[in-house]
Amino acid sequence: MQKFFHDAVEFVPILLQGVWLTIVVTVGSLLLSTVLGLVWALMRVSGIRILTGLSAALINVIRGIPIIVLLFYIYFVMPDFGIALSALQAAIIGLGIAYSAYQAENFRAGIEAIDKGQIEAAQTIGMGWWLTMRRVVLPQAVRIILPPYGNIMIMMLKDSSQASTITVAELALQGKLIASSTFKNTSVFTLVALMYLTMSIPLILLVRHFENKANRK
Amino acid sequence: MIELRDVHKSFGKVEVLKGITASVARSEVVCIIGPSGSGKSTILRCINGLESYDRGEISVEGARVDSNDRSIVAIRTQVSMVFQRFNLFPHRTALENVIEGPLYVKKEPREQAIARGRALLAQVGLADKAEVHPPKLSGGQQQRVAIARALAMQPKAILFDEPTSALDPELVGEVLSVMRKLADDGMTMVVVTHEMGFARDVADRVLFIDGGVVVEQGAAKSVLNQPQHPRTQDFLRRVLHPL
Repeated sequence: MQKFFHDAVEFVPILLQGVWLTIVVTVGSLLLSTVLGLVWALMRVSGIRILTGLSAALINVIRGIPIIVLLFYIYFVMPDFGIALSALQAAIIGLGIAYSAYQAENFRAGIEAIDKGQIEAAQTIGMGWWLTMRRVVLPQAVRIILPPYGNIMIMMLKDSSQASTITVAELALQGKLIASSTFKNTSVFTLVALMYLTMSIPLILLVRHFENKANRK
Repeated sequence: MIELRDVHKSFGKVEVLKGITASVARSEVVCIIGPSGSGKSTILRCINGLESYDRGEISVEGARVDSNDRSIVAIRTQVSMVFQRFNLFPHRTALENVIEGPLYVKKEPREQAIARGRALLAQVGLADKAEVHPPKLSGGQQQRVAIARALAMQPKAILFDEPTSALDPELVGEVLSVMRKLADDGMTMVVVTHEMGFARDVADRVLFIDGGVVVEQGAAKSVLNQPQHPRTQDFLRRVLHPL
């Protein structure tokens, strides 16, 4: 135990650099996936056949490709087409795209759960599609969307570790580098696990808060 | 003001409207009665483009109703609708429900919209409920807010789709009396209803619809008191004397 604390004092500062990158990747890809997911979802419920089909196809393609392959594709293949991204940029874009599919399905479920009478009432006071979405549907859908959204946040925090496969020195990769140079696997990976857990706990509490709020209604 | 000429409408293979021809004049109150599934609500929903129709023509003040055309928005601001299940926006207060259309569709100045919204709530007897959210109101109060919301658009006509059918019996009166006042003030109204007393006292004309056609129409008192067609007679007997 004493040895563990001794190691911790030595390794935590280095691991914290990784924590910082983990947060950057998670927040960046969370924002991107939210925006993209909302676009896919609105296309899906637009009632315009081309947009609906395009969105459904996109979501299925994205869902059908493993995140790690998507990351490799963006980081290693795109340069062949003249698009060279830094590892961090590629990680945020890759994870953002990958998760946009799940975000879209969550948003769509929330939007479709709103009573059709609400949309008709909005129409009868002369609201168009976009105004109906913005003023009537989305504000009500948020309550339904938030609890699963919180769970997606937790999954994204953990999946940000996949950025290590394209050389982003986030927490998991930082840990692996220290472990392989010091052979102190137990100390290092215990610390890494504890750090992920520490970051997850506020999110878990947030989900619980959202759920209580949604149930209270 | 509202004209329907030989309107046909099918849902899949089921033809619900089989050639409806009718008209509503300015300041007229027309009640549509008939058994459930006869197409009464569908007529209302076609008039303001919530449903499209397959054949024939509907026009409001000479403008053709086409639910797929942009012009439908203008028609909807002239012809408001009140629903059976109120369909108030639960995340907004009574006042916010009323001013939503004036503020965001008609782009009225906020102070003006609020002042008129409060006046309309007072008109339906709910001045003290302006800041309350709909789920905390009774059914009758919710429906009166919905009527105020429809009035806020300053429509030329209001369509009522069974406005009291979802209410507890003791709450029906407060909604009907608001509607009667509107009729007295000269509002053009088309009311799908099972309230025969309201139809007899308030309506100018009554349309009896069955099986997607107008079986009988005429002055309210004559249709309700001396129905000519056997199907009207049968329907009225069952509604007025259910036992």
